[in-house]
Amino acid sequence: MGKAGLIRIAVILAAVLALEIACRTGAVPPSAVVPPSAMLASVYEILTTGEIAHDLRLTLTAVVIATIIAIVGGFFAGLIIHGLPRLRRTLAPLLAAYYAIPHLAFYPLLIVVFGLGLGPLIVLASLLGIMAMIIATLDGLDHVPRVLLRTAAVLRLNRWSEMMLVRLPAAFPHLLSGIKLAFSYAFIGVVAGEFILSTAGLGHAISFAYDNFQNRRMYGLILIAIGLVTLVNTTLLVGERRLLTRRGMR
Amino acid sequence: MTNEHVSFRDVEQVFPARGKQDPVHALGPISFAIRPGEFFSVVGPSGCGKSTMLDVMSGLTRPTRGQVIFEGSPLDGTVPDGIGVVFQEDASFPWLTVWDNVAFGLRRRGVDAAEIRRRVDYALSFMGLAAFTKAYPSQLSGGMRQRVCIARTLVMQPRLILLDEPFGALDQQTRLLMGDELLRLWRETGATIMLITHALDEANLLSDRIGVMSARPGTFISIVETGWAKDRDSTLAELPEFGAVSSRLWALLRSESMRAMGQHAASRSSLAGKAA
Repeated sequence: MGKAGLIRIAVILAAVLALEIACRTGAVPPSAVVPPSAMLASVYEILTTGEIAHDLRLTLTAVVIATIIAIVGGFFAGLIIHGLPRLRRTLAPLLAAYYAIPHLAFYPLLIVVFGLGLGPLIVLASLLGIMAMIIATLDGLDHVPRVLLRTAAVLRLNRWSEMMLVRLPAAFPHLLSGIKLAFSYAFIGVVAGEFILSTAGLGHAISFAYDNFQNRRMYGLILIAIGLVTLVNTTLLVGERRLLTRRGMR
Repeated sequence: MTNEHVSFRDVEQVFPARGKQDPVHALGPISFAIRPGEFFSVVGPSGCGKSTMLDVMSGLTRPTRGQVIFEGSPLDGTVPDGIGVVFQEDASFPWLTVWDNVAFGLRRRGVDAAEIRRRVDYALSFMGLAAFTKAYPSQLSGGMRQRVCIARTLVMQPRLILLDEPFGALDQQTRLLMGDELLRLWRETGATIMLITHALDEANLLSDRIGVMSARPGTFISIVETGWAKDRDSTLAELPEFGAVSSRLWALLRSESMRAMGQHAASRSSLAGKAA
């Protein structure tokens, strides 16, 4: 690990330690924040008793399905939009303004349409994630160096081979950032939806603990949520770094 | 076959007007032929249509008017079998190892695995890349990457190789060495080579004939015959005849280069006029 990494860890540890001291000395009341050590103990209890397993399974199911829909749907939508310049010009302002829409506000409507359960969560989370993938796909295909396409023409590749063997591999780093973003958005979408209105799931469990003044449990659950996202993101990041290093982009 | 490997017949290239810009008459009308097995270079002031000529000759671009005849048949807007192109920019695929880069074209042609291995290994050792087969292009220098691209072209066993300022991005010493390698490759393969360059000494050293281009729209002002022996190398540069050819090329190009610069200045001042 580099020097920057060590400093980063030192800063985080110092912040956690400061919070611990602030909580223990009573400077921060336990009704607001519980000490980090108590949060960790709470994570341990929640995970060892296995009581959260059911909620976690529901949340992850929704996240995985929504992420797949966002990635696959976004990729193909991006491919089509890229292939039709006129459609792209028409859609451009909509693509740009997409994330200004408060998608969560439509969640109650989605419940009316799809009923309470995984359905509306998956729709909400896919909607949140799909545009990141569309934009990443467009971006990647836009940035394929012209000389590589000319090389494909000299080697007499047909359109299909050119797409599969030149355009997509060249665009892959962009696609990977799209995948990373799509997952993050999908996770936010599912947990936020559960938080607002749901009968189960990680978001619901957090909201339930909050409503019942179970601070210790609430922070434990939040920590679990953060841990999950960090795990997935770090895995993708490591893969991305390896790829970029190999391509000399870092 | 006739004494013409590839020929231009009244070829003209005009790029249509885009937006408020006038159409650009880039090339021609121009007619000439390159002989089988010849090393032909094209020099000319910047923006004279050298690269356009390469695009048209390879079949990447269909000319506005006229015809390109390659081995007796006219090009139809695609790159025919038998033509290889090495571009000025780095065209190696960054996601493939050196070996896979070089094998890329052969694999698309359904050549069997043993033959692919034989040709790729040979091309790699010929280009001095045998120690880097498992490396990725990002781990190589610019000169090495250009060698990868040349090797990738070589394995296809092209009969006509077009090179668009392939050493443009390299330093002077590397250029000289690559020049010698290019001569070695030319003798070994027996291929016809057309090299586009802006370096007069490079063109002089490498070529049997050198086409000197005019400012836009590009045509040949003159085609200079060098008369060098086939087994030449960069030591040629020490001969007095070499200097004579170089000064001849420069004399031909001087006024054209000044005209080309004048064109640029004129188009700039007309732009300024519009802005005012």
